Amino acid sequence: MIRIDSLSVAFDTPRGPHTVLSELDLVLRDGSFTVVLGPSGCGKTTLLNAVAGFVPPSAGAVSIDGNTVTGPGSDRGMVFQDDALLPWQNVEQNIGFGLVLAGMPKAQQRVTVGALLDLTGLTAYARYPLWKISGGMRQRVGLARALAVDPRFLLLDEPLGALDSSTRLKMQEYLLTLWKRCGKGMVMITHDISEALFMATDLVLKRANPGRIASVQWLDFGERFVAGETSRAIKADPAFLRLRDDIESQIFADEEALP
Amino acid sequence: MSDIEHVAGYPASRMEPSPPARRLLPRNRLISMATVAAVIALWSIATRLQLVSPVFLPSPLAVARKFVDVSVNGFSDATLWQHTVASLSRVFAALALAVVTAVPLGVLIGLNPTARAIADPLIEFYRPVPPLAYLPLIVIWCGIGEPSKILLIWLAIFAPLTISTQQGVRRVKQSRLRGAQALGATRWQLVRYIVVPSAAADVLTGIRVSLGVGWSVLVAAELIAATRGLGFMIQSAAQFLVTDVVIMGIIVIALIAGLFEWGLRYLQRVLVPWEGHA
Repeated sequence: MIRIDSLSVAFDTPRGPHTVLSELDLVLRDGSFTVVLGPSGCGKTTLLNAVAGFVPPSAGAVSIDGNTVTGPGSDRGMVFQDDALLPWQNVEQNIGFGLVLAGMPKAQQRVTVGALLDLTGLTAYARYPLWKISGGMRQRVGLARALAVDPRFLLLDEPLGALDSSTRLKMQEYLLTLWKRCGKGMVMITHDISEALFMATDLVLKRANPGRIASVQWLDFGERFVAGETSRAIKADPAFLRLRDDIESQIFADEEALP
Repeated sequence: MSDIEHVAGYPASRMEPSPPARRLLPRNRLISMATVAAVIALWSIATRLQLVSPVFLPSPLAVARKFVDVSVNGFSDATLWQHTVASLSRVFAALALAVVTAVPLGVLIGLNPTARAIADPLIEFYRPVPPLAYLPLIVIWCGIGEPSKILLIWLAIFAPLTISTQQGVRRVKQSRLRGAQALGATRWQLVRYIVVPSAAADVLTGIRVSLGVGWSVLVAAELIAATRGLGFMIQSAAQFLVTDVVIMGIIVIALIAGLFEWGLRYLQRVLVPWEGHA
């Protein structure tokens, strides 16, 4: 379990400190699929970076299983939007990168990487260079790479943001399946309302200036998909549509109007 | 063809589809070859009509004959091949020295602001000074032997190679570093697995530029009492007004520089194939 206790993050700017997150409390449950949704500039990414340990808190703390986070670590895997993969390594080398860093014996690496290639459906592409596979496949490589070191949580920073819309829908379904199969806690950032509603078990709605949490809701649309309902049926559910309208109006109320 | 030309050329190629059969050589390559042929033709005509005295401008044929003559019989006590080897070994000795000194320094000052603050004024002080300007000082300090020539070329290469390595290091994508940190990478592992390979493309570009610079400085280096080398050959031929050897030497130097460029572009394609993709 990750606990965020009255977390504040401020950055120094030429015009004095700028508060991005202000006294934020949140619990990320084990095995939950937490989605953080909010307008741009509300500090979604800063929140994720603070949990990952890339950004130090100015006040408050983040702790995982009772241990205070002081920096990045392999218990919190990261997946980025622009792939942070290494282009000089092929698909299987990228997936096994964390294992190389940990100094795992070669034979054991092969077994783990083989299982992950299987899980992500990339076995046939194991030796491919990254520029010869599609964006959706690269995101699956990124997921497999993060899963290889067996983290407690996966942190996803707009992982589907760079994909075209049909690949994006497929990847949403794939992510839910993967979440159920591997049983990790997921924390995902997105600005797509339907995506957030469809995937979240815990939906965190954020508000800007300064970054606070507007609401936390518990949803079951993702669970229903995993249980066998089609995503099309779920997204046509009146409850889903009503929630989407609600959230849309809340977010737009917060956003500054364009001139 | 660059992207811009490609885009600009797009509507035209849409309206009149190009012939399906692929030509042996691309159009632009043919034009370039025609330019070279035209220059040689003009040169031949000018010498045939005796527009210029043959002492100042020998015919292309005379230069070609001289190429064979110097290859076989030599000029200034060495064959063309020996002159070329002498020059190449100086440039490559200096380049090797620069790679083992400038690349590590570039990585260091790219990573460490303190190291950058120390090295910056030194590099920026001498970098804009033409190598010929500090050549006399090198001669005073190190004499006129082989080390002075290598030192001069090394100094000329050192600054651009350090700077391009440093740029490569500082351009490393933050997400790549963070991704590796979240996999448990230590600071040293970040340098070894992320920073150095990320900078490889810029280092290779730096080597390409440096090799061009080094080759240009070579002639200057070989003015210091050399007894062999292409620069020396041209210099001593000029003193006796053997213009055909001078022109032949210039062409050989240009061809070798072209070969370097082509070879390094090939190396870049092989060693950093991911540049230009994604």
